[in-house]
Amino acid sequence: MFSGGNAKSLPLVGGLSEPTINQLSNPGRRASRFPKLDVPVTEINNPAIRNDKPLLPEVSEHDLVMHYSRLAHRNFAVDLGFYPLGSCTMKYNPRFADSMANLDTFANSHPSTPAEFTQGNLEILFELEQYLIEITGMDFATFQPPAGASGELTGLLIIKKYLEENNKTNKTNIIVPDSAHGTNPASAKMAGFEVVEVSTDDRGMVNIDDLKNLVDENTAGLMLTNPNTGGLFEEHISEISNIIHDVGGLVYYDGANLNAIVGVCRPGDMGFDIVHSNLHKTFATPHGGGGPGSGPVAVKGFLKEYLPGPIVIKEENGLNWYTPTSSIGRMHGYHGNFLVALRALVYMKLLGKEGLDKLGAFAVLNARYLSSVVSKVIPLAYNEPCMHEFVTTVKHLKKSHKIKASDVGKALLDKGFHSPTIYFPLIVEEALMFEPTETQSVDTLDDLAETLKVIINELQGDDISLEEYPKNLPVGRPNELIPAKHLTVNWGDFELLEITE
Amino acid sequence: MTDTKYLETHEWYKISDNTFTVGISDFAQGELGDIVFITLPEVGQEFKKGDSIVEVEATKTVAEAYAPMDCVITEVNSNLETEPELINNDPVGDGWMVKAEISIMDDSGMSYSEYESFIS
Repeated sequence: MFSGGNAKSLPLVGGLSEPTINQLSNPGRRASRFPKLDVPVTEINNPAIRNDKPLLPEVSEHDLVMHYSRLAHRNFAVDLGFYPLGSCTMKYNPRFADSMANLDTFANSHPSTPAEFTQGNLEILFELEQYLIEITGMDFATFQPPAGASGELTGLLIIKKYLEENNKTNKTNIIVPDSAHGTNPASAKMAGFEVVEVSTDDRGMVNIDDLKNLVDENTAGLMLTNPNTGGLFEEHISEISNIIHDVGGLVYYDGANLNAIVGVCRPGDMGFDIVHSNLHKTFATPHGGGGPGSGPVAVKGFLKEYLPGPIVIKEENGLNWYTPTSSIGRMHGYHGNFLVALRALVYMKLLGKEGLDKLGAFAVLNARYLSSVVSKVIPLAYNEPCMHEFVTTVKHLKKSHKIKASDVGKALLDKGFHSPTIYFPLIVEEALMFEPTETQSVDTLDDLAETLKVIINELQGDDISLEEYPKNLPVGRPNELIPAKHLTVNWGDFELLEITE
Repeated sequence: MTDTKYLETHEWYKISDNTFTVGISDFAQGELGDIVFITLPEVGQEFKKGDSIVEVEATKTVAEAYAPMDCVITEVNSNLETEPELINNDPVGDGWMVKAEISIMDDSGMSYSEYESFIS
């Protein structure tokens, strides 16, 4: 079967492991040479001066380039194969958006250039803000936060300041579902709140009865994704936001799963007061490599003056920077990661309203199709129609054959696919979470399901050693025990350790 | 000497006169995976039933073992400090964690067969 998403043709599969740069080192080799000394030598007498040479690899420039190029070829990436990582939206990022961000006029515009000379840049942020508030159903947005977790912290600091200014300092509790991503409780704690956990019911939704019991006059707010972390739409979302609003709390939307609902429904209409969206996830910036990202926070009108600034406003003579009066302060230098915002605007314009209206629908369609074929091989954790992602479990295989979720993930790597997310959400035993995104073809989805079937049969074989998987990759399964028992950060020490163990 | 009893939180305990020995079950060590570090209480420390007495760190997670009844610690298995893998290899034998004097007797744990059906 030919599918666009199978990366079995990669040099990755079947390749040898690449030596480390230290192993390539040969004393005396240099990638660059300093010019001859043409100034007088001055001795520095300081106890901090080290006498022995640092243990740095010594390689030629060509060796260096070849080494890192080979490593780059061994990377699995969303541009090389299917990457069904749930909760992460590893979708295709159109080259066109990248090419716009690479234009000198944008890439080289300095953020401290006065507004009168950068009206074009301000217009990009202003227009994107209009699109974002339309998509999320909010009124104003800031582009300061550089990532989703930073957006969460921004939102919670806004809640905090809002409550303080309204003399509601008794409100100290933020309610977070037990299925939530760990950043939710972490952000709440960082903002100075206490975290209260609400449980999930048998259908995988927020347990409404539990929520009612937990809510009181000390409730500052609730953090929620919708669809939730199990990939299910919170059917009672309006009731949930009413419960929080009735006690004067605010409702925060974690935009991690925005991809499922773009063009279909809006957090603002569900009762959310604050929303962050991950531009680097939903709107055309590659992610997973540590940045740069952009997690703009959008709010309802009554929270505008708490936003971190500067934000862009329209004045008589054109666009200008504005710092809100009760701003929580800065979350980033200048106005955030401009080029990520630019990619998002280009992407939105590329799709147009018509395309954006289909985005969420296609993401959900692909996930429902994949869940229908995958569930013939491994059961779903919740027997509910999924949104853009779904959770399966192999707990039955663990009982019968000692096959764990991580074994399935590792075996999948051999077959040219990235592993789905494993062991998340934490409330599902031996979880495997798939998110195909809207950009994968039906052939690729079928190929993955078929490959899973092959793997599960293979792993149930009699003389199988699960620890051997992956078998065909340059690097096998890492030893998790030794580094956990003996934390060593120095290359040489680790070599020694392997011998002594 | 009585039979080994099990708790819903996956500890086992064995009562002998006025003391008991406690550790975690084979099922619990299997769920945790390779155990890399363990924090034991000090001899003489007092605990109420349900208090956390031992912290067990595995490669991917940290778990706690709870006191099966009110007690005072009399002995800890200090071998575990250097060889925590004893818990993986022999959870109900050499992998025992602490011995304690019973302050209030509470022998309400499950029998092995009850525990077996509890975890299946």
